[in-house]
Amino acid sequence: MTKQRENDASVVLEDAQRDELTSAAVTIGRRGLLRAAALGSLGVGVLGALTETLAAAAEPATTTPTGPVKQWCMIIDLRLCNGCKLCTTACQTAHYLHEDQTWMNVYTMQNAAGENYFMPRPCQMCEDPACVPVCPVGANYRTAEGLTLVDQNKCIGTRICMNACPYDARYFNWSDPVPAPRQPFKQEPEWPVPQVKGTVGKCIECAAMLPTGQLPECVTNCPMGVIYFGDLTSDAAVNGMGATVKISTYLAENDAVVFKEEYGTHPRVYYIPGHGQDLNNNSSAS
Amino acid sequence: MTDVIIPNRGRDVAAPQNTDLRAAALRPVLETPRWWWPSIFVLGAIVVLGIAAWIYQVANGLGTAGYGNGAFWAIYEANLVTFIGVSYGGAVVSAILRLTHASWRAPLTRIAEATALVSLPIGMVFIIPHLGSPSKIWELVWPTYWNLSSPILWDFFAVSTYLLATIVFFYLPLIPDAAIALERFDGETPSTRVTVRKSLYRVLAGRYGGTPYERRRLNGAIGLIAIMIIPMAVSVHSVLSFAFASSSRAGYMETILPVYFVVAALYSGVALVVLTVAASRKLFHLEAFISPRHFVRLGFLMIAFGAAYLYLTFTEYLIDGYSGTAGASAWVYQIVAGRYAIPFWLYFVAGGVAPLFIMMFRRLRTTSGVVVASVLVVAALWIKRLVIVIPPATEPLVNSPLAKGGVLAGNWGTYHFTWVPISITLAATAAIPLLLLVVFRFVPILSMSEMEELAEENEGLGTQEVGA
Repeated sequence: MTKQRENDASVVLEDAQRDELTSAAVTIGRRGLLRAAALGSLGVGVLGALTETLAAAAEPATTTPTGPVKQWCMIIDLRLCNGCKLCTTACQTAHYLHEDQTWMNVYTMQNAAGENYFMPRPCQMCEDPACVPVCPVGANYRTAEGLTLVDQNKCIGTRICMNACPYDARYFNWSDPVPAPRQPFKQEPEWPVPQVKGTVGKCIECAAMLPTGQLPECVTNCPMGVIYFGDLTSDAAVNGMGATVKISTYLAENDAVVFKEEYGTHPRVYYIPGHGQDLNNNSSAS
Repeated sequence: MTDVIIPNRGRDVAAPQNTDLRAAALRPVLETPRWWWPSIFVLGAIVVLGIAAWIYQVANGLGTAGYGNGAFWAIYEANLVTFIGVSYGGAVVSAILRLTHASWRAPLTRIAEATALVSLPIGMVFIIPHLGSPSKIWELVWPTYWNLSSPILWDFFAVSTYLLATIVFFYLPLIPDAAIALERFDGETPSTRVTVRKSLYRVLAGRYGGTPYERRRLNGAIGLIAIMIIPMAVSVHSVLSFAFASSSRAGYMETILPVYFVVAALYSGVALVVLTVAASRKLFHLEAFISPRHFVRLGFLMIAFGAAYLYLTFTEYLIDGYSGTAGASAWVYQIVAGRYAIPFWLYFVAGGVAPLFIMMFRRLRTTSGVVVASVLVVAALWIKRLVIVIPPATEPLVNSPLAKGGVLAGNWGTYHFTWVPISITLAATAAIPLLLLVVFRFVPILSMSEMEELAEENEGLGTQEVGA
């Protein structure tokens, strides 16, 4: 991919939509590669069929959507972030997290000129997540609406997904979770409150609140209107201040980028840089 | 095949009698040395302490083991690799030396195979403290939960298969020995000890009678397993390395890692065999059968792997350090000159250079010299596994470059040892001699039939012939 194409947000977006909305065979992702390798090297159709069957059995039956399905995404406007971290605390309050479980983490970064800027990092909700294929018991999965979630009742705590995630977006429950009162939603992957000791948790983009029309906590609690939450299918996103944007136009006009594009994860979190930073270049990030 | 299986009522395994050998091999089974029970109690107490530490960890979370957001993998993962690694000695000494017809192996095979047999399950047990939710471990054996694209599941399959092969490889050469022991025990005065062992040997020996046909078939089977167990052993550590290497993390994402793991396992495996052979020789008085020459030969085998490992270490760090990419260079810098420099150079001196140095000089490569080298290797390779596992797991992937020092500093995570994993590690270490002491109370410590067969072949050269 050329540099020009990397920065062309409309291409990023088109890729994103095409991948999800047409068929899974458009791009060869990690899973596709593994399947192809297994089939090719062994040359045994039986194993291939078994892999397919078991993989199909492991995935929730959400791969055949009826009607238009929402494709959640986030747009984070780095020009506006002042690093107040209210998104982080709101998230931790809502999900009853320990202080070091920063599902929504705000990093203090430095641009090429040596100036500080702030970068909120939720789960990137990758279209080809690195964390999903590595789990031995299939506790990670991706919903039809494009959210990568963890089933904490399945998770055995190998932490290999923490190894796989290039964004450090996964947090383990090293001790007893923060006790939570009775919740409006039951404990499920869409609302993992309270957390389960000895399992992995991560940003869920407040999955359980979305069907009722509520925005994720970090979005509503951002006083600067940095974070837009939207749906790629209807091409509209809204921030906590009530501003609504047309996603495709907004990304294209503002030269949106995705974080660590070279890892091939196709994140569904788009960043709008404004401080001369180069989010695609790993050297500035690590 | 013109042979006919002759049903043997009275077993006839007595063909070449070697009373000294049989007496020495069966003495640990019949007589309880004075130090045996105290040793069992001390080692058992250490194991119990380790189990107690694990229960504490289950109750209070993995955080009590020093884990945290700074280090998601650390000591248990290193121990898993280390303990499964040391079980490789059994495969090497027995299988490779058998396939290359190195007749000097004969007195060592049973000890080597028993070492593999006890250390492999101990290594596998480290899966349990490694898991955050060990109560859900059954999901690993329940096919509807399997996610076949996960390297950890491949690990689980590979190690389980290897365990099965190790058990078979231990059992097959034991069949004729059990028959010999059973016959010999007929002369003993009946007591509980004798009765228990006789019924065990009756099960182990089956209907083996020691006819030439049976011997030929058994040797064929052992040869087949010896061939099979080598690719299996290679696969186990390769797949174990995939759990680390199949990621995008600098330091784990290394194509050299599978080879690196296999060679390290062979290296430390031979070292542990040296230690168990030396201890058995001393404790069970096998000096007549195991000579200093055996140790020198094992020592040479060991440093062959050690030199290969040193070479792999060098190439890995040179190339990654040279690349200049942010992640890989920072990782190499942290190991060679940064926060992990002390353990790394400790490995380099104790596990890389010192054993080579000891084996290089005739004056140093005595029995005790080789044992010292082996102790250094086993300990240093454990440290090296920590150096492999911990740095990439503490590496920040989204880092604030605010910390001065550019890419080489940054806010790296830390791992702090606590009493919990240390107790569990000590318990696992104590479990190896503990289980070996138990095994050798039931199983002849020398492979009698193999030694007699080779003595027969060599005609008069005897079992002590280990070449120059």
